[in-house]
Amino acid sequence: MTTIAADGHLDDHAHDADHKPAFFQRWFMSTNHKDIGTLYLIFAIVAGIIGGAISGLMRLELAEPGIQYLQAWASMHQGSAASMDQAYHLWNVLITAHGLIMVFFMVMPAMIGGFGNWFVPLMIGAPDMAFPRMNNISFWLLVPAFLLLLGSTFVPGGTGLGAGTGWTVYAPLSTSGSIGPAMDMAILSLHLAGASSILGAINFITTIFNMRAPGMTLHKMPLFVWSVLVTAFLLLLALPVLAAAITMLLTDRNFGTTFFDAAGGGDPVLYQHLFWFFGHPEVYIMILPGFGMVSQIVSTFARKPVFGYLGMAYAMVAIGVVGFVVWAHHMFTTGMSVNVKMYFTAATMVIAVPTGIKIFSWIATMWGGSMTFKTPMVWALGFIFMFTVGGVTGVVLANGGVDDNLHDTYYVVAHFHYVLSLGAVFSIFAGFYYWFPKMSGRHYSELLGQLHFWIFFIGVNILFFPQHFLGQQGMPRRYADYPEQFAYWNQISSLGYAVMLVGVVIFFVNIGWSLVAGRKAEGNYWGEGATTLEWTLSSPPPFHQFETLPQIK
Amino acid sequence: MTHYVKAWILALGLILAPTAALAQEAGPEPAATEAGASAEDTAGSDGLDPDLYTPMKPTPGIGMPVDGGIDFQQQFSETGKDAHWINNVILVPMMFGVSLFVLGLLFWVIVKFRRGANPEPSKTTHNTFIEVVWTVIPVLILLVIAVPSISLLAKQFEPAPEDALTVKVTGYQWYWGYSYPDNGDFEVISSMLPEEEADKRGEPYQLAVDNRMVIPVGKPVKLLITAADVIHSFSIPAAWFKLDAVPGRINEKVLQIDREGVYYGQCSELCGARHGFMPITVEVLSEDKFNDWVRANGGTVKGGGEAEVADAEGAPAETAADATGDENATETAPAEEAVAATN
Repeated sequence: MTTIAADGHLDDHAHDADHKPAFFQRWFMSTNHKDIGTLYLIFAIVAGIIGGAISGLMRLELAEPGIQYLQAWASMHQGSAASMDQAYHLWNVLITAHGLIMVFFMVMPAMIGGFGNWFVPLMIGAPDMAFPRMNNISFWLLVPAFLLLLGSTFVPGGTGLGAGTGWTVYAPLSTSGSIGPAMDMAILSLHLAGASSILGAINFITTIFNMRAPGMTLHKMPLFVWSVLVTAFLLLLALPVLAAAITMLLTDRNFGTTFFDAAGGGDPVLYQHLFWFFGHPEVYIMILPGFGMVSQIVSTFARKPVFGYLGMAYAMVAIGVVGFVVWAHHMFTTGMSVNVKMYFTAATMVIAVPTGIKIFSWIATMWGGSMTFKTPMVWALGFIFMFTVGGVTGVVLANGGVDDNLHDTYYVVAHFHYVLSLGAVFSIFAGFYYWFPKMSGRHYSELLGQLHFWIFFIGVNILFFPQHFLGQQGMPRRYADYPEQFAYWNQISSLGYAVMLVGVVIFFVNIGWSLVAGRKAEGNYWGEGATTLEWTLSSPPPFHQFETLPQIK
Repeated sequence: MTHYVKAWILALGLILAPTAALAQEAGPEPAATEAGASAEDTAGSDGLDPDLYTPMKPTPGIGMPVDGGIDFQQQFSETGKDAHWINNVILVPMMFGVSLFVLGLLFWVIVKFRRGANPEPSKTTHNTFIEVVWTVIPVLILLVIAVPSISLLAKQFEPAPEDALTVKVTGYQWYWGYSYPDNGDFEVISSMLPEEEADKRGEPYQLAVDNRMVIPVGKPVKLLITAADVIHSFSIPAAWFKLDAVPGRINEKVLQIDREGVYYGQCSELCGARHGFMPITVEVLSEDKFNDWVRANGGTVKGGGEAEVADAEGAPAETAADATGDENATETAPAEEAVAATN
């Protein structure tokens, strides 16, 4: 990456352009990428609280064998005494809601909608996104999508209230197996969220291709922008497939088609192919912007340009491309033929190579550097190690023959929480602390930030590491109750949740404290290591920036 | 000719199956009554002639998870042992090696290149040699993993011999059915035991069932796995065995367990409310004892059984099982668009 000279505050004095619209117009009819980014971040935080609270309910119920709370919760939820089956159905609703909320309404809005909107235009030296009004509709589609999903849990969905199919929504459980409007509402919610993401992806691609400041070639773009570009292409190619699959679910459910029903010549496994053709790129959609953020942060705090910039950029491209041809490793037990299983085993393992390049390049960036360990950096370091741990269990699961015993067990749960809850979420926190003063104009408390990291780090490891053991012992996913042999590690795991929760509380205390009493942040508060264009602006940046385009040498 | 008739009956059974599932949905407490009634129809293990068969007691710690266990369950099948070996000898050291290597490098740079120790950062941004090294070495590691992994896959897919016993496994919401087309096509309906009953029998609750699937020891058994309503997954961790039960498909896989005993598993694909409460229990017996169990169920034993030929009063679904009987499922399947056999 070419270092961009930060010659003073290029754009601090756009006085006349800093006139902000009135409240309703500013926040509900926004065309400003920074305001829309802020809306996305607030949205993601709200969704994260709800999704995280749901996982708290689940860990509470799983802390001991037997059903302790589920029936009472189900009774509360439906307002009448719940049967045991309705309680078990509530369990399925909880796992479904947790998965969908965290994927579509927390991680994606935070990374792409939040940080992407805020910093892609700033980093490429653009005044705004290419389509500011489309940007607004992208955000406002997400709100009804979320309301539909939350609303679906209060209408009939088969055995009880809500859609209880898991986030994967496999047919025929989601067609003939879930009678009632809940499933239809959840599907429509995914349609809206998907449309929102597709519009967002079009916007990012157009912005990045057309609105870079003079002199900023693609090969001079900051890696975060590269990561959003690759992510946007994945969204653009993968989401229509999801939309098609869930539309077929809708017609199977309501209009008598039989795409996924063998009785009419369809095939339930077809749904899984379509879903995972979207679903596997989706997991890279959730991690690639994190890669980008970690690259910026590591380079900033090592005071060194990213090592092997081109390798880093094209490793992400490679991950994106290969990510489209490995989907069936999510389906190793569906009864595929031996050759298909061999192919998907080999193809999946290939992904470890570009991922390894990224890990080693981050370390090489730090090598010879002059590092400080501020909050964003400790989160980035935590990310690198935890993502490695999640990655190596991924190599285990990639082996179709070995996966037979691990498929749909807690080992898989542990694996994808290591790459998401300890990978994607760590990078979100890293990015949040890195840019929070830039966005808000106020510094957070370094002490609380460090405390948040260490408690959260310890908590999530206690929470998720034992789940590898449970999975190897054979405990299946999506179980409300379990044989008592699994009790020990489940209890430890639930304890880890409590520790993690303390960390999250510290995070919110920190935000609150910073907004009220945080020290005012200067334009480039990270110093000479921070070389991208957003650091040439004030904190927070003016309402409209770069009205005179910066020249990149 | 009869071949085609049977195939059509199979198709009919499959078409009716989802309808039956819908009918179950409508009822207030559907599967409890359904499973209960079915269990009474078929001879429960309580009802089996005790001279011929009494359920074997499980060995603690074998074929089931152990308290606080961290490794895989002990393996009792050839492929299971191979897979366990690959995991423990190749994959686990790989995981520890890579993770500790990265952790070590991180500690090294944190100590060596902190601002206090190295105030002036270097400006190095490229080193082609090292970049080639960290691309090629992971490729080599993956090759080391891929070779045994691919041969494990090949081994897992070795077809059963011609004369292998066939058991048809059907997943229902929320219980399992095991039918034995080679032995007069009786079907065993297998539901989870309530807690008191499991305790009484000295079996682990949520793993124990009323009527077990029984197979002979040390011989490949051909499992034909399907489902009647939604997708389930048939799993035996101690045999490294898991295969989805998909309505409209018949998945085939060989199961061979080399030790007599009781092995537990659980449904491994989300299938609705009581997904967590339709366990699998496989009892592995010697050939003689297996034949006795077949007789106790009113089935026929190959090479001159003493018992009567099992009654053929079954529903279409049961007759359907007969169609897949001695012949491989793939033979019936092509005649039949509704069925997508995969092997």
